[in-house]
Amino acid sequence: MTTLQFMTVDELLDEFDALADWEERCDYLIDLGFELPEMPEAAKIEANRVRGCQSNVWLITRVHPGDAPTIEIVADSDAMIVRGLIAVLLTVFSGRTPQEILETDVEAIFSRLGLTKHLSTTRRNGLFGMVGRVRAIAAGEMS
Amino acid sequence: MDPITADNRRIDGRAVQRDFPILQRPLANGRRVVYLDSAASAQKPQTVIDRQREVAETFFANAYRGRYDFGDRVGEELENTREAVRLLIGAEAPEEIIFTSGTTMAINLVANAWGRKFLGAGDEVLVTELEHHANIVPWQQIAKERHAVVRWIPVTDDGQLDLSEPDRLFNDRTRIVAVTAMSNVTGTITPLDEIARLAHDAGALVLVDAAQIVPHGPVNVRDFDFLAFSGHKLYGPTGVGVLYGRRSLLEVMDPFLCGGHMIEQVFRDHSTWAQLPAKFEAGTLPIIEAIALRSAIDYVTSLGFDAIAQHEHELTEYAHTQLPEIPGLTLYGPGPDRKGSIVSFTIDGLHPEDLATQLDRHGVFTRHGHHCAMPLHERLGVAATTRASFAVYNIREDVDALVEAIGAARKRFRIA
Repeated sequence: MTTLQFMTVDELLDEFDALADWEERCDYLIDLGFELPEMPEAAKIEANRVRGCQSNVWLITRVHPGDAPTIEIVADSDAMIVRGLIAVLLTVFSGRTPQEILETDVEAIFSRLGLTKHLSTTRRNGLFGMVGRVRAIAAGEMS
Repeated sequence: MDPITADNRRIDGRAVQRDFPILQRPLANGRRVVYLDSAASAQKPQTVIDRQREVAETFFANAYRGRYDFGDRVGEELENTREAVRLLIGAEAPEEIIFTSGTTMAINLVANAWGRKFLGAGDEVLVTELEHHANIVPWQQIAKERHAVVRWIPVTDDGQLDLSEPDRLFNDRTRIVAVTAMSNVTGTITPLDEIARLAHDAGALVLVDAAQIVPHGPVNVRDFDFLAFSGHKLYGPTGVGVLYGRRSLLEVMDPFLCGGHMIEQVFRDHSTWAQLPAKFEAGTLPIIEAIALRSAIDYVTSLGFDAIAQHEHELTEYAHTQLPEIPGLTLYGPGPDRKGSIVSFTIDGLHPEDLATQLDRHGVFTRHGHHCAMPLHERLGVAATTRASFAVYNIREDVDALVEAIGAARKRFRIA
């Protein structure tokens, strides 16, 4: 299994394609969740909470300056499947420039992963709550 | 025969399951359905399903309007349901039985139709920390409008109503006490007799949210002013519910919904109201559902409420012996002798949402979240719980399946 920190979106899609059904993909998401880098406990405060999630989700970003500054995402949840979804979010967005983040067709990726179809409405809303937060931060960096 | 007379019948859950077609179909993954969410909505027996179909196929028409064969029959059958409900809850007159869309609408009806007319500035509405949002929010809204105050009967750590200091709760400003008969989270059975006595001594009315209790045991409205329940938790159709109101109160209340059927005369500048119960039944009723509700009532009365209560109590007791064996599991609410057939719990390190998805894989259907009772969860100090609820068709093996599936989930999520 490709471990999270080295994974690209294409590799993630390949992993999902190789799995037989949603149940196996869900298991894979759970395993990804276990690999999520630690978020400092001190960052798990109300201001960093993402609204719209049934479980608690905290999300912060760190900007790495340079010619093309990139945004690193650090997030955590008390629900394991949500941690798996955060891992997907990190694969898609983390370490990218604000421009890349805003240009990414994240809906298409989620749809190919089957997330759009298989996640419950509350989970889907929560996931898009995280996407919205990341996009807003990227837009803020652009301006 | 009085449908709630004590007798020696016992319920065989496995035999009861044969009355429910949905419980006999294996899931796509081949597993048996372990339905533990009847507190949200109960499954329907074949007789209810057949009755709905029979109405649609053989005599459907609008009610109380057409003077023709189908219309007459529909009117007659609706009145038969009304009478069955009257007997079920011990009301004096059929006019005191109002068909609504469910418990939520019934409570909203009282909050609006009674509250708007009889609540004044500084008056108090007493609710409890056990309530479902449907018995909180309508009162908050009307209280805001009337400048009245919503006050709370607290619960103890084990989820029972704390009536130890009644003088701090009931006073001469208390106008109505809105209380559940059975919590949809902890299963707590509330001391309604005591509450009714305290309320009436203070000159207040009592509204009982009976949504959870009605499927599990006999209910009598004798000491209450209003009582609400839903058909779909009583093995009946969705979309139909009941408000019982004491006749003297219903007569002085203004209508809630206005429209067809609820008027006596409509003039250009005003209207006058129809007699009870039509005054509170504006528009077209859920006809098929209301007629089939009688089949659901017939079903539970034929099983016998004593037998139902005994069967469900045994399942609850069994769950209370098995679940605490699971490491890190916390059960909320009182012991089995003080509650109905609901168990709500949390497991250390396992989010209810994660647990629910794993239970689902095992065909074990539970509910998780705040169960529309956020103030109660806040009081219990927990954001969300997992709830399993037992009904006539559940068996001990369902409890075993729940325990086994929780064990598998703990392994899956790598909890010690």
